[in-house]
Amino acid sequence: MQIYLPIAEVSVNAFLLLGLGGIVGILSGMFGVGGGFLMTPLLFFIGIPPAVAVATEANQIVASSFSGVLAHLRRKTVDLKMGTVLLIGGLVGAALGVVLFNYLKSLGQVDLLVKLCYVIFLGVVGGLMFIESLRALRRSKTPGAVPQRRKHGLVHSLPFKMKFRVSGLYISVIPPLLVGLCVGILAAIMGVGGGFIMVPAMIYLLGMPTKVVIGTSLFQIIFVTAFTTLLHATTNYTVDIVLAVLLLVGGVIGAQIGTRIGVKMKAEQLRILLAAMVLLVCGKLALDLLLTPSELYSLGAAGGH
Amino acid sequence: MRFILAFVLLVLPVLSSAQSEEIVLGLSRDEVAITATFDGTDVLIFGAIKRDAPAPDTGPLQVIITLAGPSAPITVRRKERILGIWANTDAVEVDQAPSFYAVATSAPLAESLSATEDLRRAISIPQVIRSVDAPASIENAESFTDALIRIRAGSGLYQVLDGGVDIEEETLFRGQITLPAALTEGDYKARIFITRDGIVVDEYETTIAVFKAGLERFLFELSRNQPLLYGLMSLAIAIAAGWLASAAFRLFLR
Repeated sequence: MQIYLPIAEVSVNAFLLLGLGGIVGILSGMFGVGGGFLMTPLLFFIGIPPAVAVATEANQIVASSFSGVLAHLRRKTVDLKMGTVLLIGGLVGAALGVVLFNYLKSLGQVDLLVKLCYVIFLGVVGGLMFIESLRALRRSKTPGAVPQRRKHGLVHSLPFKMKFRVSGLYISVIPPLLVGLCVGILAAIMGVGGGFIMVPAMIYLLGMPTKVVIGTSLFQIIFVTAFTTLLHATTNYTVDIVLAVLLLVGGVIGAQIGTRIGVKMKAEQLRILLAAMVLLVCGKLALDLLLTPSELYSLGAAGGH
Repeated sequence: MRFILAFVLLVLPVLSSAQSEEIVLGLSRDEVAITATFDGTDVLIFGAIKRDAPAPDTGPLQVIITLAGPSAPITVRRKERILGIWANTDAVEVDQAPSFYAVATSAPLAESLSATEDLRRAISIPQVIRSVDAPASIENAESFTDALIRIRAGSGLYQVLDGGVDIEEETLFRGQITLPAALTEGDYKARIFITRDGIVVDEYETTIAVFKAGLERFLFELSRNQPLLYGLMSLAIAIAAGWLASAAFRLFLR
């Protein structure tokens, strides 16, 4: 069944979108990631204009992370204070990101930047996760080994210290503000919640306990992506509500199935699969940038609007 | 694909006596509504040639039908390899290019239309795309308009339908133009020409209104006129869906 998207102004197959939403939903349910970093490139592949894909994807992440945070709030694994600090950085970052996005759009370089961001981040995160999970698999075969804890002196020597009771931390507010800022910029430009960057940053840079990290990350992602959605809707008019709803419905159903599959699998196996998938998407995008394209010319609205 | 035969026979004004052949036109539809399930449609353009005197024996009668979507300026960008990565570099702004353009002819365009007539009435695709205002620094600016035509032709937005018009007894003609699913709204201008020896004998013009309808119209207008409300509505839907998913999860787990 073809559905005409009012903002994207393209006609797409509704079942294809439901299916895409479902598959990414399954993956996000299995691996505990938002799935935006997979969905946005998939939307590019089926012909949604990149600007619409990025803005609409931000809207979809609001739904998935809100759903996730509700579950975490019940388990009391959300550090609201840390979340708020990250959020302040995130909102400033999102505003900067949208300004940057519009500037690059006027230069005609927005596609390139979004793709480059994807290649770099998918490559780095996928690669690190792959190595980490391979090590974890090996470690699980040699019982008795204990994962090492790192110490970060820099975080503790900065001013403006604050107590974060749920995380059990007494650190300066500057590092969380900076982490929030960077993730906010990325969220606005790439149309992702930034969970796959935020989570490692909170564990390794801020030293937060892992069980609090995911809920807190989701908590601030809701507000950052909601803010991004509103900015895109009011400045670029690129949020396609019909597209968002189609993706949401598929995603919600997929996430339920995914969680059930995820429970039955080993954590290391899951992470290796996810890393492989991330690297695959990264490879495809990198090839697009490096290989000679079949069409050297592209069309865009005049005047850089 | 279905036809809504809203048969519109148009009464022609009395034309100057110099003209011996006139077009009488019918359209299968004079409006196209883009609804949520829109996936393209056919427009049937048909008519007859009215004569006061026997047909002149100068050359065979040919019919050319064009259908043009609303025009807008467009930027054509060219990619170049920079540091091993393909990036947009040069850009050329085309003043006016129709979002959709189809030319259907009874015989190949070159045979049914002289170059002078094409130039005067802007019938073939290269003539329809208006002048290019290329910066002096860019060589080979025509390659940008060629690319525009190539890309739009590739996605079915620019069509050349040689032999797309049937003529019977030099009197009745019918042509069919397929509008693709990815359509922009606006007034689509249909022009019908009859030619003999490449010279236009008569010309007729009418419009087909293409517009978003129903929910599509409502959402599009809302996103443009009330962007904040539209954004908040998108968020409300997302939050509601997220809550529903969480509630459904709890039911499943119980």
